[in-house]
Formats: sequence, structure tokens, C-alpha cells
Amino acid sequence: MGYSAFKVFWQGLTGNKGWQPAWREPDPRPQYDIIIIGGGGHGLATAYYLAKEFGVRNVAVVEKGWLGSGNIGRNTTIIRANYLLPGNQPFYELSLKLWENLEQDFNYNAMVSQRSILNLIHSDPQRDAFARRANAMRLSGADSELLGPDEIRALCPFLDFDNARFPIQGALRQKRGGTVRHDAVAWGYARGADMHGVDIIQNCEVTGIDITDGVCTGVQTTRGPIRAKKVAMCAAGSSGRVAALADMRLPIESHVLQAFVTEGLKPTLPGVITFGAGHFYVSQSDKGGLVFGGDIDGYNTYAQRGNLPVVEDVCEGGMAIMPMIGRARLLRGWGGVMDMSMDGSPFIDKTGTQGLYVNAGWCYGGFKATPASGYCYAHLLAKDQPHEVATQFRLDRFRRGAPIDEKGVGAQPNLH
Amino acid sequence: MSTRLASGGRHLDRSRSVDFSFNGKRLRGFQGDTLASALLANGQMLVGRSFKYHRPRGILASGAEEPNALVNMGKSGQFEPNQQATTQQLFDGLYATSQNHWPSLEFDIGVLNNYVSKFLPSGFYYKTFMAPRAAWKHVFEPIVRQSAGLGKAPKDRDDDFYEHFHVHTDVLIIGGGIAGLAAARQAAAAGAQVMLVEQTAHWGGRAVVDGAEIDGMPAADWVKNTVEDLENAENVHLRTRAMGAGVFDHGYALVYERLTDHAPEPGLPRHRLWRVRAKQIVTATGAIERPLSFAGNDLPGVMLAGAVRDYVANWAVSPGDRTVVVTNNDDAYRTALALKQAGLEVPAVIDARTHAQSPVIDAVREAGIRIEFGRAVAKVKGRARVEGVGLATQAGEGAVLEEISCDAVAMSGGWSPVVHLWSHCGGKLIWDEAQAHFRPDPDLPPLGADGAGFVRTAGSASGALSTADVLADADGQGRAAAMAAGHKKRKKAGPRAETEIAAPMEPVWIMPQGAGPNLRQKMWLDYQNDVKVSDVQLAAHEGYESVEHTKRYTTLGMATDQGKLCNINGLAVLSDALNAGIPQVGTTTFRPPYTPISFGAIAGEARAETFQPLRRTAMHDWHEKNGAYWEPVGHWRRPFCYQRDGESIEQAVLREVNNTRQSLGLLDASTLGKILVKGPDAGRFLDMMYTNMMSTLKPGRCRYGLMCSENGFLSDDGVVARIDDDTFLCHTTSGGADRIHAHMEEWLQTEWWDWKVWTVNLTEQYAQVAVVGPKAREVLELIGGMDVSAEALPFMTWKDGRIGDFNARVYRISFSGELSFEIAVDAHRGQAFWDALLEAGAEFGVMPYGTEALHIMRAEKGFIMIGDESDGTVIPQDLGLHWAISKKKADFLGKRAQERAHMTDPDRWQLVGLETLDGSVLPDGAYAVGEGENANGQRNVQGRVTSTYHSPTLGKGIAMGLVRHGPERMGEVLDFPGTDGQSNKARIVSPVFYDPEGEKQNV
Repeated sequence: MGYSAFKVFWQGLTGNKGWQPAWREPDPRPQYDIIIIGGGGHGLATAYYLAKEFGVRNVAVVEKGWLGSGNIGRNTTIIRANYLLPGNQPFYELSLKLWENLEQDFNYNAMVSQRSILNLIHSDPQRDAFARRANAMRLSGADSELLGPDEIRALCPFLDFDNARFPIQGALRQKRGGTVRHDAVAWGYARGADMHGVDIIQNCEVTGIDITDGVCTGVQTTRGPIRAKKVAMCAAGSSGRVAALADMRLPIESHVLQAFVTEGLKPTLPGVITFGAGHFYVSQSDKGGLVFGGDIDGYNTYAQRGNLPVVEDVCEGGMAIMPMIGRARLLRGWGGVMDMSMDGSPFIDKTGTQGLYVNAGWCYGGFKATPASGYCYAHLLAKDQPHEVATQFRLDRFRRGAPIDEKGVGAQPNLH
Repeated sequence: MSTRLASGGRHLDRSRSVDFSFNGKRLRGFQGDTLASALLANGQMLVGRSFKYHRPRGILASGAEEPNALVNMGKSGQFEPNQQATTQQLFDGLYATSQNHWPSLEFDIGVLNNYVSKFLPSGFYYKTFMAPRAAWKHVFEPIVRQSAGLGKAPKDRDDDFYEHFHVHTDVLIIGGGIAGLAAARQAAAAGAQVMLVEQTAHWGGRAVVDGAEIDGMPAADWVKNTVEDLENAENVHLRTRAMGAGVFDHGYALVYERLTDHAPEPGLPRHRLWRVRAKQIVTATGAIERPLSFAGNDLPGVMLAGAVRDYVANWAVSPGDRTVVVTNNDDAYRTALALKQAGLEVPAVIDARTHAQSPVIDAVREAGIRIEFGRAVAKVKGRARVEGVGLATQAGEGAVLEEISCDAVAMSGGWSPVVHLWSHCGGKLIWDEAQAHFRPDPDLPPLGADGAGFVRTAGSASGALSTADVLADADGQGRAAAMAAGHKKRKKAGPRAETEIAAPMEPVWIMPQGAGPNLRQKMWLDYQNDVKVSDVQLAAHEGYESVEHTKRYTTLGMATDQGKLCNINGLAVLSDALNAGIPQVGTTTFRPPYTPISFGAIAGEARAETFQPLRRTAMHDWHEKNGAYWEPVGHWRRPFCYQRDGESIEQAVLREVNNTRQSLGLLDASTLGKILVKGPDAGRFLDMMYTNMMSTLKPGRCRYGLMCSENGFLSDDGVVARIDDDTFLCHTTSGGADRIHAHMEEWLQTEWWDWKVWTVNLTEQYAQVAVVGPKAREVLELIGGMDVSAEALPFMTWKDGRIGDFNARVYRISFSGELSFEIAVDAHRGQAFWDALLEAGAEFGVMPYGTEALHIMRAEKGFIMIGDESDGTVIPQDLGLHWAISKKKADFLGKRAQERAHMTDPDRWQLVGLETLDGSVLPDGAYAVGEGENANGQRNVQGRVTSTYHSPTLGKGIAMGLVRHGPERMGEVLDFPGTDGQSNKARIVSPVFYDPEGEKQNV
């Protein structure tokens, strides 16, 4: 059933009785062409693009909980394409382009809000580095600009310009960056995939991956075995555990990242602001809450909750850069489990097992990548060839000495 | 209309009146009022507008669960949005305004949403606003954003300050009602250190209002005596206005104390954040009353029955002259009695139960109050306030049997234990069918590091609802907590109370049971977010069946009260719609904090200049006084340059470079990392850490070294001096000292733990000055002391001795290409040494120079800079530093990595010098474009600028960069477009622009 202003109006007149379920609740069939493990943003996007763009419709997404219960439902909703390295930036630019047409494409308003992202600059070397990044972005077809302090003051008069430990010297801005209503992305992809014939099977946990003679033949689940020609792992924070079912050990660690929201406020932020001298980034949701976050807690865990030191660290960054925020109140904090890779960049690749594929290692940057990740994974699954912007997200890149290390800190997942 | 009663009010001091203002109206209350009670006392029933439909809203509750009565407090630097009137104590001069309306509270244009609400059901915005594409950004989103949000965002810097306290305790008890007090009393008796915190200003909680008897005395007296005893106990620490905000792993709890919100006073902190490490945590957090879902249950004048009782007993406020009580349990009967005793009318108690028998019901009947069993409120009459209720059969569809006129409604849907703190760290819940609530499952508590539970619940928070049960539970939990914390002194007798006999409650999730769509879309679940019964039913119908889906789709429980009132009711409606049991549907996850806490309190003192500690060299203040233009470098600030009057930054840098090259410059190099590495295996260790061979370095000599990560990438560089056979001093970059020290220790502790090596970071023990320029030797000779001649102290050596009055270690090293001595003195003598150099250097025109001059001079000389030429993706081989990579060593960190396929790829970009054709300066961060286009239709790249400066020495722009096959392409001209897209042509040249033979530095 298509959504439109007219439908909303008509249903309003008729008592909102005619709305149909957004997706079916199918029982698993015995066999599919492709099974996607993980009904989060990336998994649902993969299913959607497989069915819609690559004509593969005999697809099931199996999800151990409720669809969208992983990091798609617990992130800070930021989209951007302001990467530096050639292995990354074109991929994220593709993602941003897909975001820009997403709502019309899947007929669901995910509230893509391109109100810009500002990365603040506090030193001369940082300015040089951001100039380089701005150029790298432009060379991938993305927009970028460097702003001076006066331009930032006009945009964000509430920042601390006068008494700061790290005075603001400028910013890198990407106007096309912004935020998206995260849950709606999962729901929109789920509904879109469902309409194209994909079975989305919730409350169905994969308990085994069937491999015979080096060939993957299906999965065991809490709702019985399901056979498939191809099995696509796409389990974000649970990637390590899912891969272990196939006796694989991925080059990732699982860490918890916290995010926070204040009470609802009238509009005050012009977009996303990041403060790199501390660990703090913030945006304002359509509902009015300031959504903010910082660094990962730094220890390995599967628990979706974080601890106090990082809460403080993040709020200190907030107070340092936005001293008016002191009287806003923290409403809620939550945690998500991040599949932190050794170089901070993801994997979209085949595995050593025929018919088994992996999509993992998104660290805490997975949300913005959702459309491109789904698109490129679908490309790989449908054609057995990586998409041209995702050729470097290979599992063997460490062995080849070709990590994609945006931060340049090396094999330290807790620092990416 | 609500009003102040002539007498009574436990919390009031009627001798002290307090003036305040609300929406510009000057009003008066008493000392002891909350803002909510004072507003009600002044007849101000309407206090705010709801989030979505802008419905008129009044005060619903009396505490932290209030969803409606949120106000703006204060002005400018004290402005604070979304403050709960129910938890804000009144003070003289309090300035409050209502929020989320235009143009006024009474007449709000936004209420139009209310009239078209049938077009705005839950999730409507996901289905529209999509066409045309540009309209979302330019039309719809700005409107949505403007109408969303509640309070205005603060604009001005927060005037107040905040502080953090840290405390360790055996037992932390959260909640100062009778349960918390009873638990504290018993835990203290066992000998445990006890901290007891209460979020309100008063001890005793509900029991005092409800008039229970404990140990044969009124609850109020028992509370008073118990608090006195606890105050006198040395092992008990009591705090009021202190809310248990969160429970984290390993017994870490957060307590939020509102120190001066009730009496602002400049000079005192506003909030204090207690960070408590407790062996055991007891949550005695009580229970919260649930609203009932009947049509019009959000009108101003509809309140929770328990809150009505609070307002009468605590603040002598009548919610109205005629209050109808509607309930599904016995507790609300107490409200009827309290109202009657205060001389107010109770036209009827409407009880959804078909039958109930208990002493309190008898008492109400004896008081002459009409009781209607099996009845429901069909709907509340009135537009902006209660005018009456329609009586209907609970089992029916809502046909009105009778209209009862009234100006207030007190409702009670039963009580839910406050389980938030229990749940924060993983405690599980069980569904209690009899009470129709979730309560903590004592068998599945949050677990500590030892695998044992560290949180307990006491009293109503455990699900106990009678006074006797509450006390017995709390007494036992207090004892158990102390025992678990290792304290076993003799037990005190527990407090005793009569068990109240209550008739069973009966779950009522919709009133009346068979209400049709028209009524259901007027039954509010989440008051603030305007989520109604019909919204939850729609969500379930549309497939948003998981409780998390429903919450996120409808925004149920996502308002500032985080569902304290609506969660269970919403869950029940959902489970009914899904035809599943409530426990099967499950709950959403409670997250800290319990109620919102200020950003300022969490940040504490870390803000503005004190955000992070500033590291200062011994000469920092001198730099400050002498025109330093600062640049942050790690946690240091270093002078970028020293500006003189009337001089631009560029002019200052130019002057500093020229003066140093021509005569004499001084650089404060104290920030450079200085790590002492000592032990019999020190040489062997450094051979692993550096790409160079360090073990062969002779004592008295210096060597420039490179450090790589195990992945082969260049991570730091610096000069290593061998002090004696088993001692080395490793210089690191300024920003790298801590990181490199940690890197060394990590390898020592995890890989080479049996090597005899010790490291210590001596960075701040020394003040270090680089004395640089053709006159460098002369100035040292003028000061006198050690022989610094080329023969006595040749290039790349070091020596200990005296320079003037100073014990000094002098290194003959150069990062500028000039004759240079880096001299380390004890840090406390740094300023004196700096002064001595300035004085002696005066005749040579000595000048200090900053980091920019340093950078320019090193670039002229072709020296790389970590962070410019390296970025974590560059290996030393890219930078032409093969000479610094030992070929003799069997291993060093990065060696194997540098042999991997991608590392030995001949197409890797390599270091070259770059010179513009017209002498201009290349832009920073520019890429060299090449032939062809990439996948995105942009030019392909073949290199990039890593450093670029105007060279005062050469009088033209110079740059370094990494270019594919660069060293083989000398003389070739490349194009480097800047961020502005402008073309910049530059020629590939040698990176050494100045004194390639080293004649200047090696003299």
C-alpha cells in the first residue's frame, strides 16, 4: 500500500481503519536463494536492493530479535561523506547519494535532514589536515568547504569562542551531511523489501551455519533449518558470534559505544557539530532532543550498556564547546555494540567458504553507510563481484599491508 | 478551581510568604511549597501545552513522574527549560513561564493540531511529506522542527557551577521513605557504612501522607525519630534533594544532588554529582501510581489520586471543590477520605470493580460518600478544565448513565514499583498478576564482578504495598545488604505495623471496557507526547508489534518522564491488541538517568579553560607576557610565534626565521618528549623499537631514529642520546611523548616482559632550550662554562656540564639546519636559564621563535615532520628514509609489515620537494591531479602536498609532497588545485632546499 499525503488524509476521514501492516509476518520457507543473517539496517537494505535493483527476490532476512533492534535503532543518526582515504570516500559518497533519494525510492519518510555537518578546527595542523580532507572529498564528487571563525560564529553563536581551552579556528563543513530518523530507515527498508517479496523473519535466531565440503548450504535457526544457495552474514555487533558458527574469526573486536539525548528543545543547532579536541558530537532531532555521543568505552563487551566515565567525558566535551548546554538535561543514554575492525574500516567480502559472505567491521560508522553497504553487498551477492566503490573492503587487506586507516592509529580497534 | 485550604499543610511555613511569577503574573505562595503546589494554590490549573496536539494541560502528579507541568525557569544565564513544577521548590523571586505555545498559554494557535488530530495519528509523518522532494527540506521539516521540542534552548553561557564528590560506602540506599529508613536503620545496626539518599526535601515518603502507624506511633513521628537516630549514627550519611540517578557496573552509582535549586545563591554550586562506589545498593524507590485510560483523562483537573492526597496533606491545596474519585483499587479511597476530612466534596467514588469489601471502603461509605461499583468514567466533560464526568458501566461501551458535575477527578489505576535502578544494570522483572505490575525478580539481580547480585530492592519497590510488608521487606534487605558487605553485628528489632486489609485490585486498561474508536482516541497514555490508546492499537495493527517498535513508532514513553506513568498502560493496550500476555510482550529497557539530570552536573568543573588540564613549560608565563600567539600541541600550548606591536602573524614568523638564520634564535623545546630507557637490555629493546640500530650507539653520541607501528607505518621520530652503557634518553615529538611511552611499556609488559629494561617519562623534569643560529656558539661562550667548541662537542654528540650557573646537558643536534645546541636544565631553573640566554644574546639581537618558524626552517632543510609528512599511512621508505632503516637487524617493529605486497608496491607515493612556478605558496592539503577520471567523474590523483610554506630564506614558496614515482620525476610540473578549485602549478624538486651539504649545522 503506497503512502502519500492523500492516503493520510483519506484514512483520517475514514477513521484510520484501512492501514495495512507495514510488512508480513511470514513463516520461514524451507529454501531461499539468499539468506541474510541480521535484520538491522544493513541486512534490510541488502535485501531491499537485492530484490529491487538486482532482481533477486527469493530472499529471507532472519533476525534474532525484532527488526531494527541492533545499531540501526541505537545510533546518533548522522549521515556524512567526509572521509579521507580513497578506499573509503567514494563509498560514502555513494551512500550519501542514495540517502538523498531514499524516501522517494522506498516510499517511506525517513526524514533525511541535510542540514550540514561541521567539524571544528582548533589548530594549524588540524586546518591543514582538514584542507586535505576537503580536497579528497571534492575529488570523490562530494561537497566540502572550509569556514573561518566568523562564519561559524554566525551559524553557531552559542559555541565557546571567548574562553575556550581549545579556541575555534575554523571548521570543515559538508552541507549535504545531516541526520536521518534512524528507526524509519529500518522500517522503510523492511517495508520496501517485503513489498518486493522478501521474507523478513523476526524472532528467528541463527544457531548454526551449515557447511559441507567447503560449501555453505544453509542455516540452522530457532525456527528450524533453512537451506540457501548463499548465506550473507550481516550482524554488526554480533558479527563475531555469527562468524564463529562458521568457524571463522573476524579481525574485529566488540566494543560498546554510548549515545545520549537531552529533553526536547526548540530548534537551536544548525546541523551536526563535532568537537575533536574533546570527544563530542551533537545534532538535534526533528523531535527537538539534542542527540550526542563521543568515544567508545574502550573495553570488549557484548552488553548494550556503557559506563559512567565515558558519560562524563562526553558531557565535559559538550560543556567545553557549548557552555549554554549546562542547563539542558540528559534524558537518556544507551549503548550499542560496535564491530570494531583493526583499521576502522569495514568488510564487504566473500569468505573462504563458497556461498558464505561477510558484511562487518563498521565500527561506529555503520549508520551513514547503510544504503551503500546494502547496495554494495547486494551487488556482491548478486554478481559475485565487488561494487566498484567497495573494492578495498577485503578481509585479506591486513595480510597485504593495505589497511584503510582513516585515523592512522594502527591496529588498535579501541582507538578508531 | 484549585485553591489553598485555610489550614493544614505539613510542609508549609505559613508565617513566611514567598513571591514568585508565572507568565508575568505576580503570585504568592508559602515557604515549603513546590512550584506546582503554589500554582494550584493560586488557582492556576492550566500550566502547559502538550507536545503534539498542544492540548491544555494541568498538573497531574506530585513528584518526579509529572509529564505535563514543565516550565521555563529563570532568565539569560540562569534560563532553564523543561523544569518540572512538581519537583521545583518555591523560592522568593522564582520566575517561571509556560512553554510550547504561541502566542499565549491560554490561546495557542498550535491547538489546531488537536482539531485535525484524526489526520495526525501515530507515525503519520512517515507516510507523507515526501513529495516534491525539495519540500521536505524547505517547507515541511522547518515546520515540524519549529512545532516540535518543548522548552526553548538556553542561549547564554550557564552562569552556575557544579561539582563532583566521590565516595565509597558499604551500602547505598536510594529512597528515604519508610522502606529506605528501615533498611538504613538495620544496615547501620549491622555496622555497615550507609549512605541514604532521598530525591525530595523530605523524609518519610508516602507513608506519612497515608497516615500509617509504625511501632505504635504515627508514621510521621516514627520517621522523625528514625532520621534523628540515623543522623546521630557515625556510620550513616544522609542526603536529601539527592536522587539516585543511575546504577552502573560493579556497584558504581550516580547520585544527583540539587544543592541550590530551591534557594539559588551565587557562589554556591547548583548541583553536585555524587559518584558512589557501593558494595551493595538497596533501591527503596517506592511505586508510582498509574493513570486510568478514559476519554478526556488529560484535561486540567484530572489528577492522580495519590497526588491529590499529597497536595491536600502536604501543601493544603484543594484540587477543586468537588472531586470525583475513579479507581480500580482500594488506595484511592484514602484520597476520598482525605478530601472529605479537608471539608471538600466527593460526589462519588467510581470503582471499576464490580464488588469490593475492605475497611477503607467501609470508612468511605460511613463518611457518606457515594460509591459506584462496576462503573467507569465514560468521558470527562469540559474543554480546558474539568466540568463533570459521565458515568457509565465499566463492562459496557460508554453509554452515559448519569452526569456528575465536578471540577476535579482523582484517578488511580494501581501502583507500579519503580524498577528503573534495578533494571539499569541488567536486573530482571517478573509480572505480578495480582497487582498487575512488573516487579524485580529477586532471583535475577544485576550481577557484580564476583557473579553475585549487588542490587536489592526494598519496600514498595519490591512490590510490597502494605505498611507491614514494606517494613518487613526493607528491614530484611537492609540486614542482608550489610551482611553481603561483610558486616554482621547484632540485629535490631524491626519496626512493626498493622497489615492493612485491602480488597484485591482489578486491572483496568481501558475505561469502559468496550469503548469504541471515538472514545479510544481521547484516552491518553503518554500525556506529554500525546500518545493515545488508539495510537498504540494502530501501531500494533500496522505490524509494529514488538514493544520497542510500538514505542518508537508512537513515541510512547519517550517523553521527558520516560514513560513513568504510561509504560504499563501502553503495554497492556498493546498486548490486548496482539492477543498476547503482558509478560510475553515484555518491557522496553530502562536507561539511566532515572529523571533527567543537568549537563552541567555531569561535566562538573570541566569547562572553559579547565576543560582539560593545560601543561605549561617553565617559560610559559614569559611567552604569554611576550606576545605568544598560542597553538595547542597535545595538552601543551606552544607559541606559534611571538607577535610584536603592529605586527601580523606572518610578519612575526618571517622576522623570527630571518633572525635565527642570520644571527640567533631561541626555541622553548621543553615539550619534546624525553623518555629514559635503562637496563642491561635497553640497547636490545631500542633496536626493536626503532628502525635504526641503537645498540651500537656510543655513550656520548646522538642518533636520529624512526619508530614504526607493527604494521610498518611511521609513528614517531626523534634523537636518541646514549647516556652510558645501559642508559638511553629517547626524544619524541611533543604530542607523542605519552603515546610513545605507553607504546614502549605495552611491548615491554606484554611481549618482552623478561627483558631487563625500565622506562620513565622525564619530559617535565627538564626545561630545554634550542640555541640556534650562526651566533649560537658565541652566546654560550659568552655565558661561559663548558667547552662547546666543534672539537670538544662535535655535531651529534652531547655532554653534561655547566653553562654559566646552570647544570646543563647540551646536545649538538639541529632541526633547523643551523648551528644548534639543545640545552636541558632542571625544570625549575628553566626561566632563569632562558633569561640568561636572552641577556647574553642581547648583543646578537637574540629573539625567541615559535613553532611556525621551527616548521619553516625544518622544511627548508628537507626534514620531515611527524603529522605532516606522516599520517599513519606512510612508511619510512615513502619518505626516502631508507638510510635510517637498519638492514643488519633481524627484526624491529614494522620490519615484516614493510615487506608486504602493498608496502613494496613501486606505485606508492614518495617524498619530493615542490616549487611553484611563480614563487607563490601551494595550498595546504592540495592533491596533484593526473590523467583520467575516477568512478565519480572526478580527476584522478597522483600525489599530494604534505607541508607548504613561504620560505623567508629563499624568498619563495616551498613545499614537500608525496608523488607517485616522485623521485624519478624531477623537474616535472604538476597541477595542485586547491579547495577553491584554482589551478596551482608546481615543479618536482629535491626536498632539501637549504644547505644540502650541511655546512651550516656541522660547524
